[in-house]
Amino acid sequence: MLADILQLLVAGLATGAIYALVAIGFTLLWQTSQTINFAQGEFVMLPAFFILIAMGHFGLSFWPAVGVATLVSIVTLGLLFKRLIVDPMIRHGVLPLVIATIGLAILMKEAIREFYGADAQPFPPLAADDNVTILGVSFSLQNIVIVAIGIAAVAALQLFLNRTRTGRCMQATAQNPTVARLLGIPVERMILYTFLINAALVMLASVLITPIYLAKFTNGEWLGLYAFIAAIVGGFNQVRGAIVGGILLGVVDNFAAAYISSQYRLALPLLILILVILFRPQGLVGRVEERTV
Amino acid sequence: MSRRVLAIAAAALVAAFLLAAPFGFKPYGVFILSTWAVMSIAAIGLNLTLGYAGQISLAQAAFVGIGAYVTAWLTTRGWPFWSTYLIGATACFAIGWLLGYPALRVQHHYLAFVTLAFTTLVYLAFRNEEWLTGGIYGITNIPRPSVLGLSTEPGRVYYYFCLAHLALVSAAAWWLIRSPWGRAFVAVRENPVRALSLGVDTRRYTLMAFALGAGLGGISGALYAPLVQYIDPSPFALGLSLNLLLMVVVGGSGYFLGPYVGAIVAVLLPEWLRFTEGYYLMAYAVLVIALMVVCPAGLLGLVERVLKPRSKAVASDR
Repeated sequence: MLADILQLLVAGLATGAIYALVAIGFTLLWQTSQTINFAQGEFVMLPAFFILIAMGHFGLSFWPAVGVATLVSIVTLGLLFKRLIVDPMIRHGVLPLVIATIGLAILMKEAIREFYGADAQPFPPLAADDNVTILGVSFSLQNIVIVAIGIAAVAALQLFLNRTRTGRCMQATAQNPTVARLLGIPVERMILYTFLINAALVMLASVLITPIYLAKFTNGEWLGLYAFIAAIVGGFNQVRGAIVGGILLGVVDNFAAAYISSQYRLALPLLILILVILFRPQGLVGRVEERTV
Repeated sequence: MSRRVLAIAAAALVAAFLLAAPFGFKPYGVFILSTWAVMSIAAIGLNLTLGYAGQISLAQAAFVGIGAYVTAWLTTRGWPFWSTYLIGATACFAIGWLLGYPALRVQHHYLAFVTLAFTTLVYLAFRNEEWLTGGIYGITNIPRPSVLGLSTEPGRVYYYFCLAHLALVSAAAWWLIRSPWGRAFVAVRENPVRALSLGVDTRRYTLMAFALGAGLGGISGALYAPLVQYIDPSPFALGLSLNLLLMVVVGGSGYFLGPYVGAIVAVLLPEWLRFTEGYYLMAYAVLVIALMVVCPAGLLGLVERVLKPRSKAVASDR
């Protein structure tokens, strides 16, 4: 019994760490540029296919393929996404951009289905499919690796945001762009950096999650929804909110699937979402956002 | 004056085309046109909630679904269409009213997320409550109603049935947004605090905007079920809500004609693009993105910009 719970907890932490990575990217975009990216799930789906294409069509082995795919992701999902889609629309409020990212999600999904195929593709795992026994309980090695990488990535990001000059400039931009500009911070470049970081985060999430769920063009649909919920439950305007939300969601999701009902596993996160929005709209650890009248 | 004549002439032309269209199309074309009419009704509802009252709702698919399931469930058990239609629309109106309460607490993107969660929950219920909805197998053999003894079973007749509903709903919406209610909706959208201080009961109008939009969603669903004659949960997932939002924004949110134009884009455009075969959804997505980049106010916003470059129309008169 206890062993089951511990195993579920580790599995939950693993998926939660991945949701957290995606949710952090989501909140970063919101904080610096008021972009609600409805294609965020597809952003996670796509890099896995970059890797598969690099391996299958250009004959690269796994790690070089990851390198190439990271580069391609940062250019397309970061730079081009910002320059071609976000920049022209940002002045016109949230809604047109929401529609454009919905369009972008359709485009990515259909492109993969048409050019790569609709079947789920196997994807090389980062760790061998092995179990590790700790204190008499055996855990999946893959889950432990995912948790470790997730923690390392989040720690690195926090160090960057809090300890480097660029990171602090980015935070200033997120909190108050006008004052940041007055203080001589290149606000435009800081916003661009958040898009690049988002691209790197979804790339990492893609590498971590695809071995578990296989590479399929529809993966983005539910991934995006989970990242979304994680971001809001934790607090839409805080990086640590996204971390709390993601991990909470991963754990709740795994326990709900095991103990409540696998058919309704998505219902519990949704209920949490509704309750949080109604009773604590700033999120569990978020700060209150000033309302524009 | 000549403007008015032009508008009437254009309206007459469109009406004539819609009435004559079934004779020029194959059954599939008639089906697509009927879908356009049904989706326009749902989009008109969302336009009331979003375009006029300014409340972002991603729940419209759930209401279309509830309307469709109520109608399907009752008509396959022998209830007359009119009763099921009324029950469906009333149920949606009531649920919409309740869903409006979160809108009193939270605004903008938070409201979008609450309604998004609602849509997904309703979808899960459709899929999993097999005893009620038939689960993934859905409900089959949904009959089409008879009107004054005339069966609407043939596709062409049912098309006219949908068109008549669209005309009625359009007339009602036209009247509504010119009534004090419509003005109050716009006031709630433009400046809720000022509206409140001028004595507009913003609380009641916000709930009303939600409920009316939801009710129209229900009517749309009640027409959709007999149109396709077989329903399962998949059409009522989040995708439809996003699609309806797309219709309203692409057409022109807050413009009276926006939903019709938006529904043309979302329902008819993918069909016209079928000549590109496997690429048609991609072509559609690219067009939508390009449109939003070029003209964030939607197609009617573009038209307005071309027609009168510098004047600002009063929102409710557009």
